Amino acid sequence: MTGTAPSREAAAAARLTRIGMRITLVSLAALAVVYVLAIWRTPTEAAQGFAQKIFYLHVPAAWCALLIFSVVGIVSALYLWLKDARLDHFAAAAAETGVAFSAVMLTSGPLWGKPVWGAWWQWDARLTLTLFLFFLYVGYLSLRSALHDPAERARFSAVVAILGLVLVPFVHLSVYLFRTIHPLPVVLKPSAPSLPGSMLEVLLLSLGVHMLLGLGFVLARYGIARAEAARLEVSDG
Amino acid sequence: MGDVIRAALIVAGKDLRAELRSRTALVSALVFAALILVVFSFSRDPARLAPADLAPSALWITFAFAAMTALNRAFSVEREHAALDALLLAPVPREAIYLGKLLGNLAFVFAVEAVTLPLFAIFFNARIVGVLGGLVLTSALATIGFVAVGTVFSAMTVRTRFAELMLPVLLLPFMVPPLIGAVQVTARLLAERPLSEVAGWLRLLAVYDLIFVTICLLVFPSVVDE
Repeated sequence: MTGTAPSREAAAAARLTRIGMRITLVSLAALAVVYVLAIWRTPTEAAQGFAQKIFYLHVPAAWCALLIFSVVGIVSALYLWLKDARLDHFAAAAAETGVAFSAVMLTSGPLWGKPVWGAWWQWDARLTLTLFLFFLYVGYLSLRSALHDPAERARFSAVVAILGLVLVPFVHLSVYLFRTIHPLPVVLKPSAPSLPGSMLEVLLLSLGVHMLLGLGFVLARYGIARAEAARLEVSDG
Repeated sequence: MGDVIRAALIVAGKDLRAELRSRTALVSALVFAALILVVFSFSRDPARLAPADLAPSALWITFAFAAMTALNRAFSVEREHAALDALLLAPVPREAIYLGKLLGNLAFVFAVEAVTLPLFAIFFNARIVGVLGGLVLTSALATIGFVAVGTVFSAMTVRTRFAELMLPVLLLPFMVPPLIGAVQVTARLLAERPLSEVAGWLRLLAVYDLIFVTICLLVFPSVVDE
């Protein structure tokens, strides 16, 4: 029984990685379609011009990053409660994906900001919040890489993720009180979305594609983490 | 509850006694804080920027870095000769150990801040006497918040290879809300605005302290228990 458990675990991990890779490939193809639709099938925004097209990439990436970081916090809290190593692998996989999405958000934002605001960066509430979230999770990942014992790494990184989840509203509130010039929400707001139909359609499609891409990344990375854990278990005896 | 507080005070007392016997860390932290203030005074163009414009941020960046040095050593002293293992063997709740370390760190950081504040008033020509009460309240509220989180992180980062680097990387994002609030309040107080104008910020700082001290108490056992 003990001899076969790691190999069965390795097989399950490989299957997860394969599924994740397939989802990633499909969503990358779909992302190309989104680009085409965004460039040619949506109207050009009157005031912002062509730069506004980055919205179809920037906003879904931002939503996905925030969603994924919340998942990391919740899964980490579950880890401290249930102490199941798989939850830790999942949190790590999700954190890496979240950092990737926030890197997309933080690079696409300035590309839009330069023509529209006239500056690459503004110390605006949302920019500051997401920049600090990015730093927080880069710190989370570097803490993970600086620890060797898997159980210790899992406990410590779970603590950072939980504290990070609690930090978000405070950073949001304090930087919001500081000042804000970021465009206000056009979709997620109490009244109906103030966005022309074709723009909203492409945005929602892009959001779906980004979420699928995120799922693919997380699953593939989670499979790899479990495979690594299974390999360590075999080599440690 | 009374037992937890008593045990926490014993842990904090042990740290402070160890500190006062050598005094090396405290003196170094004070010199470090004074040096940051001096460097800050030279980092502005005297023709364009009045000292008062830079004063609040200079004060708070000094406090933040001085706190970082204190936090970096909070658990590294426990690591030498496996003192932390002995501390964990003591028949007291983990929460008491956390509270004790927190109180010890706070005493250290408050001591550094208490000496830095008059120096700051001299270097930056700031009128602090009239607003001393407000400044002390703000300093206390902001410091408790990030030292609470820093105490937990310090217990974790001593186990890593690059502890002195890892702690600031993890802790600085958590210093953002307290520092933004503290700088805003300090700027208004130094401009002789009434305390009521900054009540919102003070409340935010107080809520931050309350929530993070509570959560840190809850997660600390996960950090030290194998």
